[in-house]
Amino acid sequence: MRPDSAQARRREALARLIWPVAALALLLAFNLLFTERFFHIEVRDGHLYGTPIDILNHGSKVMLLALGMTLVIATAGVDLSVGAVMAIAGAVAAQLVHRPGMGFWPAVCAALFVALLAGVWNGVLVAYFRVQPIVATLVLMVAGRGVAQLLTDGQIITFTDERLVFLGNGHLLGLPFPVTLVAATLLVAALLARRTALGLFIEAVGDNETAARLAGIDARGVKFATYACAGLCAGLAGLVAASNIKCADSNHAGLFLELDAILAVVIGGTALTGGRFYLVGSLVGALLIQTLTTTLYMRDVSADVAPVPKALVVVAVCLLQAPAFRAELARLIGRRPA
Amino acid sequence: MRVRIASKHIPLLATAAVLITLYLGGCLAYSNFFSLRVLVALFGDNAFLGIAAVGATFVILSGGIDLSVGSLVAFTSTLIAVLVQRGVHPLAAIGLALACGSLFGAGMGALIQRYRLPSFLVTLAGMFLARGLGFVVHPQSLGIKHPFYLETVARDLALPLGGRLHLPFTASCFVLTLAAGLYLAHHTRFGRAVYALGDDSEAANLMGLPVARTRIAVYTLAGLCSALAGVVFTFYTQSGNPASCVGFELDAIAAVVIGGTLLSGGVGFVGGTAMGVLILGLIQSLITFHGTLNTWWTRIAVGLLLLFFLALQNVVVAASRRRAASVQ
Repeated sequence: MRPDSAQARRREALARLIWPVAALALLLAFNLLFTERFFHIEVRDGHLYGTPIDILNHGSKVMLLALGMTLVIATAGVDLSVGAVMAIAGAVAAQLVHRPGMGFWPAVCAALFVALLAGVWNGVLVAYFRVQPIVATLVLMVAGRGVAQLLTDGQIITFTDERLVFLGNGHLLGLPFPVTLVAATLLVAALLARRTALGLFIEAVGDNETAARLAGIDARGVKFATYACAGLCAGLAGLVAASNIKCADSNHAGLFLELDAILAVVIGGTALTGGRFYLVGSLVGALLIQTLTTTLYMRDVSADVAPVPKALVVVAVCLLQAPAFRAELARLIGRRPA
Repeated sequence: MRVRIASKHIPLLATAAVLITLYLGGCLAYSNFFSLRVLVALFGDNAFLGIAAVGATFVILSGGIDLSVGSLVAFTSTLIAVLVQRGVHPLAAIGLALACGSLFGAGMGALIQRYRLPSFLVTLAGMFLARGLGFVVHPQSLGIKHPFYLETVARDLALPLGGRLHLPFTASCFVLTLAAGLYLAHHTRFGRAVYALGDDSEAANLMGLPVARTRIAVYTLAGLCSALAGVVFTFYTQSGNPASCVGFELDAIAAVVIGGTLLSGGVGFVGGTAMGVLILGLIQSLITFHGTLNTWWTRIAVGLLLLFFLALQNVVVAASRRRAASVQ
């Protein structure tokens, strides 16, 4: 890598961010003009309330998932199981929190530990048994929700523990607590990825696994670690999801969120083929998805029909990022007489 | 003479062994299991899964993946129900639905081929789009009460099997689609091009195979199969429902993988997929027969089976690689 690469990559990261940020800005501008009271924020009991805050709050689950998913996708992998892992983590926490001798911390630690185990399981399959990521994580995606239902006996388990409820509904510094969780996770991930060599290793493995291995990188270990991270992030997201509704619903917790998370990562500029990754980009992608969803709800679009515009945005963003489409577009514009 | 088994056939044999074991196990455990009625129900109840899985097999053989299956089934079934309610003859509605499905698949294939977009993303967008469009067509479940459905399909087209037993028309559709799929995959140029494409699309291109046309045709075929599954869904439930078949594509993919097809493309069998579908159906009926087990055990069992076949494929691929290395 060239000596000025730090500067060069910062420039590249900014260039990558332009499309998702522009899309988000466009959407917000639309809302500013056409959706009433969209930017109305008020302070009640020292807490902020309003649509933008709601977007941050509701988007936090996908943001958490997207952070872990970014690392996995950077190694040219994918994790389909995060939604099911969310359900498992929520089920474990809800089951344990009111057991005698348990309580908040043991329940949360157990939930995160189980989520980590799920990530480890995926990591072992992908890194050490060389199963294709889609298939390896498909196993847990199919079976995981069954496991979560087994844990809750098919029931919806409610809880009243104040601290567990705080995770998804509390406020810190005026902002909803999940936002703090996202910020903390981003900080940890960014420090690990950018202040240590780990990020470089991940990108090297995603770019060319064989070359990375020949260069002395423990490619398997790196892959394994990214899946473990994704599991942990899914655990956190699962706790927030359960806390939001004060119960563990194994059937619906995190359903299809893995797809939103993958989408957020791709919109953020990280390619599914691996290599360079952009943590902040993924967060912007997640925010874009949530803003779109919220906008549609505020404009009285039925939740059932909402996937249609979402699909169009996905195709548009993917096309804009595809080199083949850009080349065609450039030819088309170039051909036009100026 | 020693019978040599090609290593690519081992997963297929394992699938057959699991299928037979499950069936015999069911027969031994439950006295009513060994009857033609259970067998007929197995084909009839899993017909639309089987049809969708045949389409998914081609996509996976070509090295891609199709996540839009479930939504497309829901969309086409809703479309048919609405059209029939508006007075369109069911046959015309079915024709239109099949055309819509093929066109939808062709569109996804064109995006994937022309702009080199990952099939995972394009079909994911397709999944969202078809799901939403289903709700645009009609927001909830809609029954179909047309003589064609109530009499022709339900009674006249069912094949008598002796006694009072009939092979439902849905099962016949499954068997016919399966036969067409088998022929297409193993006895046509198109089938060979699909295998070559999945194995190494670069090499297929250099060999002069029509890569672009084949890839778009594969997704068109998958769209057609999903739409056909939607048609059979309306036969089976006599209704269309935009909220149905959520996560159905995963069942189809699971059936393909259990049937011995590698998700990396280029290796697999349409016949294996049929066995995979029957295995999924058998697990379901075994759990129903047992009575006290909850439905979530189905998912866990399917997950474990997937894992077993992954491990098996892993071993087989490693062994064939070692053999190739020792030959050199």
